[in-house]
Amino acid sequence: MSRKLLAGPYLIWVIGFTVIPLLMIVYYGLTASSGAFTLANIAAIAQPEHAKALWLALLLSLISTVVCLLLAFPLAMILRSRGVGKGSFVVFLFILPMWMNFLLRTLAWQTLLEKNGVINGILGFLHLPKIAIINTPAAIVLGMVYNFLPFMVLPLYNVLSKIDDNTINAARDLGANFFQTLVWVWIPLSVPGIISGITMVFVPALTTFVISNLLGGSKILLIGNVIEQEFTKSGNWNLGSGLSLVLMVFILISMMLVEKYDKNGEGTAF
Amino acid sequence: MRRKIYAATLAVTLAASLILAGCGSSGNTANGSGNSDQNEASAAPGSAGEVYVYNWGEYIDEEVIDMFEEETGIHVVYDMFETNEEMYPIIEAGARNYDAVCPSDYMIQKMITNDLLAELNFDNIPNYKEIDPEYIERSREFDPENKYSVPYTWGTVGILYNTSMVAPEDAPTGWNDLWDEKFSGEILMQDSVRDAFMVALKALGYSMNTEDADELAVARDLLIEQKPLVQAYVVDQVRDKMIGGEAAIGVIYSGEMLYIQEEVANLGLDYSLEYVIPEEGTNVWIDSWVIPKNAQNKENAEKWIDFLCRPDIAKMNFEYITYATPNKGAFDLLDEELQNNKAVFPDIESLQNCEVFRYLGEEVDQMYNDMWKEVKSK
Repeated sequence: MSRKLLAGPYLIWVIGFTVIPLLMIVYYGLTASSGAFTLANIAAIAQPEHAKALWLALLLSLISTVVCLLLAFPLAMILRSRGVGKGSFVVFLFILPMWMNFLLRTLAWQTLLEKNGVINGILGFLHLPKIAIINTPAAIVLGMVYNFLPFMVLPLYNVLSKIDDNTINAARDLGANFFQTLVWVWIPLSVPGIISGITMVFVPALTTFVISNLLGGSKILLIGNVIEQEFTKSGNWNLGSGLSLVLMVFILISMMLVEKYDKNGEGTAF
Repeated sequence: MRRKIYAATLAVTLAASLILAGCGSSGNTANGSGNSDQNEASAAPGSAGEVYVYNWGEYIDEEVIDMFEEETGIHVVYDMFETNEEMYPIIEAGARNYDAVCPSDYMIQKMITNDLLAELNFDNIPNYKEIDPEYIERSREFDPENKYSVPYTWGTVGILYNTSMVAPEDAPTGWNDLWDEKFSGEILMQDSVRDAFMVALKALGYSMNTEDADELAVARDLLIEQKPLVQAYVVDQVRDKMIGGEAAIGVIYSGEMLYIQEEVANLGLDYSLEYVIPEEGTNVWIDSWVIPKNAQNKENAEKWIDFLCRPDIAKMNFEYITYATPNKGAFDLLDEELQNNKAVFPDIESLQNCEVFRYLGEEVDQMYNDMWKEVKSK
């Protein structure tokens, strides 16, 4: 009984701030502005501009996720090999920027990448050719990778540090070279972390609108931008909610993947 | 219309402090003591009632509020909003009964249409005579009989260009120059539906308040054609990007010009930024004071508006806000150099083809939004 009482505040929290808002999104998504039931807001995803925005968002977040994985896996292996003390200090360094506001960090990238920005200033000083990636999809991918990389590093570091050294040594003793150990031991044992990391990078990248606005010069419309515009500028909450429901399908798929491969929650980040 | 970038942060702190101050002294009036402890006002604020004011952030010289309280004994409760769209539902719902509000043109029209505004008693606003008839006439676009609104600030939207990046012979004269391939990757467009469509519609010679789907479709195609040339769609950032030399040419609100000119001088930049009112005409916007129907202190609100129309007060506010003042009396008090600053106070002749934004109704708004989405997704 007392246990149930203790759960009370959390229950209120979850109902008030998760369940009810979610139900409201479902309600708005399935009704027209008159309040009548409709599937039009869901079907609107098939409109060329929405479909294109979704496709672009899927593509860019997929690229970002792959880049994050390729960067984070070797890093997590290095961190693991450095042992607990030093390794966790480096992990701390990775988390440190997250103490600063996400918006500010993205704005900082804008200042860095701009035509007359910091990076081009340095390149110009060194008489090197300048870069021109601001307001392109490449800048958006860069922003996604920078912002979400810690979410990939942490779960990977978590699973890798749990792998017993003896397992690795056994593989080497039995004649496996580095590549074979990687493919047959490291990667299979870190699948929960990989899946968890992929979800934690892919989902926020898919739904972002801030990064594409700031680093894409508002020229590249992602599905997150469409939804944001419907809520804040066009005042069409029904369409915004309908499109959010469509996005939720992708989020549910990734959660199901986690459920399948990470049953014990080994890959959780924190 | 377009607030300064730092307005957002400042507004929050200001609002907090003002609300706190407001709470403090309204408490005093409730006690009947009228004993103000936060300033040494001669007439105790609150002794002549209250006025609830709802204004844009950073849109008044705060000293003016103190002066008003001192002179009239009316206590001012001052709140701020960021956008017209944010202000509207609050007035509509009557969540708080404001007595004086300062929305923009098209929003005033929407409020009149939806019967949210009270007719002003101009006998209580003798300083109304100081307002230049030109702007009273222009206000007819949204307040046809001039019954509801008193102009406070006004301005235009135009083209800003960097003299070091644009050769004198290429200097823009009209909106069509924003389609010039020479400026590829150097153009900053406004990232808001009506402002962006205004540029295209005016370039085509149509009204920026058009409700014609065919005209809008042509404008949409023109904006799509322009997109590869555009560096970015931005709102407030136009100002800082242009000062930083990021782009050669951009669409900007004239209210930013005094700040830009000062900043260019302060930074000692080796280029200057020039403002042009496009020959095809542009958007002339007017922010005016109105009194909502549910106001509790209508006469105090009229006193407030009258006070703001007083030339010396209007001059103080102009110097603080730097958006052009429609107040003839205040204009006459300004330095000649400022009076002749064409970016802030353009010649009336250059406003020949200009229009004021009108509220077009939900259906037409939807059409604009949908077409804008098509432009952005290309």
